[in-house]
Amino acid sequence: MKNAQVGLLIAACLILTGPAFAAPPDQEQIERGHKVYDKWCFPCHGTGLGKPGTESLAARGQKPAVLEERTDLTGPVIKQFVRHGVLFMPTFRKTEISDAELDAIAAYLTRNNKP
Amino acid sequence: MRVPPGVSLTDFTEALKQFEDVVGKEWVFTSDEDVDLYRDAYSPVWSEEEEPIPSAAVAPGGVEQVQAIVRIANQYRIPLWTISTGKNLGYGGSAPLLGGSVVLDLKRMNRVLEIDEKNHYALLEPGVSYFDLYRYIQDRKLKVWIDPPDPGWGSPVGNSLERGGGYTPMHDHFDAVCGMEVVLPNGEVMRTGMGALPGAKTWQQYKYGFGPYATPIFSQSSLGVVTKMGIWLLPEPETYLSGTVMVWKHDDLIPLVDVFGGLQNSGIIRGTTTLASPFWLGPPNPELDSLRASGSVKDLEDYAARKKMPYWSIPLNFYGPAKVVAAQWEHAKERFSSIPGATFQEGPSYRFPLSAEEQARIRDTVPLGIPSLQIFSLLPPRSQGHIGFSPIIPMDGEALLEAMALFDRVHRELGSGRAVLTVLSSFPRALVIIDLFPVERDVEKNRKMRALYRQLIKEAAARGWGEYRTHTTFMGDISNTYSFNNHALRRFHETIKDAVDPNGILSPGKCGIWPKRMRKAEA
Repeated sequence: MKNAQVGLLIAACLILTGPAFAAPPDQEQIERGHKVYDKWCFPCHGTGLGKPGTESLAARGQKPAVLEERTDLTGPVIKQFVRHGVLFMPTFRKTEISDAELDAIAAYLTRNNKP
Repeated sequence: MRVPPGVSLTDFTEALKQFEDVVGKEWVFTSDEDVDLYRDAYSPVWSEEEEPIPSAAVAPGGVEQVQAIVRIANQYRIPLWTISTGKNLGYGGSAPLLGGSVVLDLKRMNRVLEIDEKNHYALLEPGVSYFDLYRYIQDRKLKVWIDPPDPGWGSPVGNSLERGGGYTPMHDHFDAVCGMEVVLPNGEVMRTGMGALPGAKTWQQYKYGFGPYATPIFSQSSLGVVTKMGIWLLPEPETYLSGTVMVWKHDDLIPLVDVFGGLQNSGIIRGTTTLASPFWLGPPNPELDSLRASGSVKDLEDYAARKKMPYWSIPLNFYGPAKVVAAQWEHAKERFSSIPGATFQEGPSYRFPLSAEEQARIRDTVPLGIPSLQIFSLLPPRSQGHIGFSPIIPMDGEALLEAMALFDRVHRELGSGRAVLTVLSSFPRALVIIDLFPVERDVEKNRKMRALYRQLIKEAAARGWGEYRTHTTFMGDISNTYSFNNHALRRFHETIKDAVDPNGILSPGKCGIWPKRMRKAEA
């Protein structure tokens, strides 16, 4: 069951990490996303010691393990993880991260994706 | 649409409409997609029939809105389940105990209302997280520390109400509470302690006020919605010094705990410590585990001597002026030297404030008052969450040995290998053992885990050990063990519940206390 779920999520990543054809987000949205990311995501997925999300991704062979360094994430994948969680990462409610803030996080984490 | 138990669809629809009138449509969540965000991510009953999924959630932005919601809930007898930041994972997260309840989500009430740097306290709303509070203090360069628990995404208000613990000298969180504002089940606002005096100047400085001390009855209870709370903070210490005491024989645990308890009760040791042993505590180690299963203490001691591994160790944390902490450490060493062969290791030590470079070199910042999520690094990379069985054990080495052996036996008998235990000195004059259970999205594994958990509750209670806090799934089980004189304490709580919350709308079933109208069904 557990492996099947992880497999499905990885499959979702593979399907959804193709080239992004949407118009690139504007700089203001990216900066807003950076702030929201720093507040909600960095303590687990940032650089440095004691970041369990980064360590878990590294242990599972994900490269790079730091989300901000990725160039293959897409908005739907990011939203899937935030709203559904994965492994020990719980879901985040809309009173924590609103849909607009989640859009901004997605803009920030996909800022370096190649068209 | 899910509907709360005992509420008609017509009434529920009308109540939701009225909730929307109070907080705005945006802050009432009824779609399955939105409501599912309130499921307990670490639920030990995930996807089983008994998983308590809420019917809706409502998120007020202020105390007046909380009052209005409570009044509407009274009119339609809607059960509300209150959460602050909803990150009480391992204890129920943001999910209710009673399926179909409406979650009263206080996350939007997230203001730091006051921090007093002179008298070292804060006045907070429940939606403030430890991370938020830490950032607020750092942005203003205030010379106060918070005491974060593991992990730091929870709420100081919620964690204190649930009687959580941290690591600095302010580690007993409910002990640091000073004054509350509470919305009662009838919608009335009440302030406790000095807050009952209009214009009080010492609401966050003197806990008790006048007359019966009401603040504690809102802890682990369902008698009100806490909308403001005062907590005491620690003045930023000049330095931190840590030192580790190591002893080499199995039976050394007994004097080790005796000396530790004496030092803690004398105020020499003020921070929480974690007892360590490669043989009994910490992650599984196949070589040591098989040696341990053989049951020969002599073999284990011989192994420890060969490998130069201490049998037991206690890291101690000291906070204060450099001269004082050095003297405290010297004194502690003198006292522990009464144990033959005891050895000591010093470090690390820090002077505050830390520079960014110093902070970046520290993996576990929590004992330094800096919240983090690093505790999750200790879980296996594919962990899906956990819950803890955490009984309070006497500050006594023999009791500790008995408890560890018992937990091990129950784990082995019910087929889960050996127990993985952590022993903490979070509360004065007692120890708490945390037996961590993985939760999975696997019904059969979770069922086995729950059987093991319930066996531990039973066996621990038979020895006079009770839990200090538990997951919602086991609140009834734990409540049943606190049964002195035919459950006199629970009956007392039920009397108060019925008087204060006659319609039984607030957090039904919390800690085993049900409102009268639901009690028979649950008995």
